[in-house]
Amino acid sequence: MTVRFTSLLTFLAAALVAGVSSATEVGDAVNGAKVFQQCKACHQVGEGAKDRVGPQLNGVFGRRAGVIEGFRYSKSMDRMGNDGLTWTAQTLDAYIENPKALVSKTRMNFKGIKDAADRDDLLVYLRQFSDDPANFPEAEPTATATDHDIDPAILALQGDPEYGEYLAGDCSTCHQRDGEDAGIPSITNWPAEDFVVAMHAYKRKLRPHPVMQMMAGRLSDEEIAALAAYFEALE
Amino acid sequence: MKLNRRHFIGTSAAAAASLSAPMVLADGHGKPRVVVVGGGAGGATAARYIAKDSKGAIDVTLIEPTRMYYTCFFSNLYLGGFKDIEDIGHSYGSLAAGGVNVVHDWAVGVDRDAKTVSLAGGGSVPYDKLILSPGIDFVDGAVEGWDLSAQNAMPHAYKAGSQSELLKAQLMAMPEGGTFAMVAPPNPYRCPPGPYERVSMVAHFLKANNPTAKIIVADPKPKFSKMSLFQEGWANHYEGMIDWIGEDFGGGNVSVDPNAMTVTIDGEETKVDVCNVIPAMKAGRIAEIAGVTDGNWAPVNAADMSTKADAEIYVLGDASQQGDMPKSGFSANSQAKVCANAVRGALTGSKVFPARFSNTCWSLIDTNDGVKVGASYEATDEKIAKVEGFISKTGESADLRKATYEESEGWYAGITADMFG
Repeated sequence: MTVRFTSLLTFLAAALVAGVSSATEVGDAVNGAKVFQQCKACHQVGEGAKDRVGPQLNGVFGRRAGVIEGFRYSKSMDRMGNDGLTWTAQTLDAYIENPKALVSKTRMNFKGIKDAADRDDLLVYLRQFSDDPANFPEAEPTATATDHDIDPAILALQGDPEYGEYLAGDCSTCHQRDGEDAGIPSITNWPAEDFVVAMHAYKRKLRPHPVMQMMAGRLSDEEIAALAAYFEALE
Repeated sequence: MKLNRRHFIGTSAAAAASLSAPMVLADGHGKPRVVVVGGGAGGATAARYIAKDSKGAIDVTLIEPTRMYYTCFFSNLYLGGFKDIEDIGHSYGSLAAGGVNVVHDWAVGVDRDAKTVSLAGGGSVPYDKLILSPGIDFVDGAVEGWDLSAQNAMPHAYKAGSQSELLKAQLMAMPEGGTFAMVAPPNPYRCPPGPYERVSMVAHFLKANNPTAKIIVADPKPKFSKMSLFQEGWANHYEGMIDWIGEDFGGGNVSVDPNAMTVTIDGEETKVDVCNVIPAMKAGRIAEIAGVTDGNWAPVNAADMSTKADAEIYVLGDASQQGDMPKSGFSANSQAKVCANAVRGALTGSKVFPARFSNTCWSLIDTNDGVKVGASYEATDEKIAKVEGFISKTGESADLRKATYEESEGWYAGITADMFG
């Protein structure tokens, strides 16, 4: 058995039904609880958990993003929820790895967990506080834990700003260059790496917006790099 | 890997640009000259981008008769009371400040041999490249009983501005329980969801101000853009108010009498209080005068929007016959940027990148109930061809529909800034 999510959730379901509390081979809830220490400053989970700086995390699996009544989310998180972002093993994994890659201006001010095994363990731990995994459809065979990692070679691409300026014509029909963000977010002056990671998240349909999935879907790695170079330099 | 010129040399656009020796066109008269006719989503964008990106190396003249441009997009929201007329009006001051020579006059002739455009006010303007973005005119005799002389009694309101204000005044003056009729156009026409967004906005206004009034739509088409979304919205918000008569029920067999204020649909005459006639459309007249049309529209090459008839004349937006893109302000703006890049390349030798196009059309059905449809496109040898598309779904959450409406407002601010600077 491999330690990827496909089998992990299935195994976890079986483990919970059997009353086994930790899943040794597929992700370790005990280690996950340790990993959760770095989340605890802002998030609570388990019996009596309340919203703090961040929302409480009971039942987070299968929940639409940005829906806890009374919790004040960022505009970005509200948008993502409206666009259809739902927390699954795959989307949570991407979010925990790099929060701003999935939700650009999230208030979750956290650098992310780069170690895939730690993320696996953390999700196994958190999973215990959501409904029976067997009820969740997200354990589809494609839900692998690490497939959103951006190849360092892609991040290292040097874009041609002149080509980026031409391509940006496609963006500026909707996104205003002066940074105004009512209705449609601003994309000027983004650090190039954030821009690249965000566009690839749309390309892979981790981010839900249909217009952006379409626009990013036809951009090559070089074209994304070109746009990132252009927007980063834009005054 | 860094992008460079070699990457694009294989594409037809780049090859064409590098073959047409750049500076030849400018011989004898200093800077190369681009003349743009029509200051809407296509023309204003093209003028602005060429002036901005050439940094003064190209002399750009925009010929546009009106001093204040009212966008057709969002003019239905004005009818519905969501926008004021001032909200959709834009002057040309910032384009002029951005280096575009703005001439407020009618272009009435094109001499393709001398390469000049003649103006109604006298005189002519020489060009090296001519970009026509004249929008639409109406096909004579398209709706029996209606011609342009009837546009005050039965407005089209399909060019925004005074026609929009007239239609709104008529809507507000409707007697209690009165009838609003629309004669919808056949394909292809400007803004495919436009008539149906308009029906929604009229219904929104009537529901609040004249709830026993009725709306009749005579439509020559069996189906229309975003049909299931509109029909769902009409049933949810305006139950029993809207009677859409499609092709199957004789919606295409229609005549009007502007004096008697009657509409006859498939032999049945109805007295109406307001009649919005949206006739069949064709390219704005200057395209026909220039001799670049074939039938009602101007066929163009997808790679750069140059006309099939004349390589020095380009046609953008509604007036062009390009393939799969709908006739919309978004499409015209998208085409303008491809054209601007190609024209600048041909005149100054700047890099020409491969054509790419996109479009999204938002429509408002009722307060905070927005929907959208869109697609991406590429240039093939034959036409502008659709690559991938999306459309809002029936039964979406109220939050998503509200977000879609807010997005459309963001887009409006974005595209008008992109057009006018």
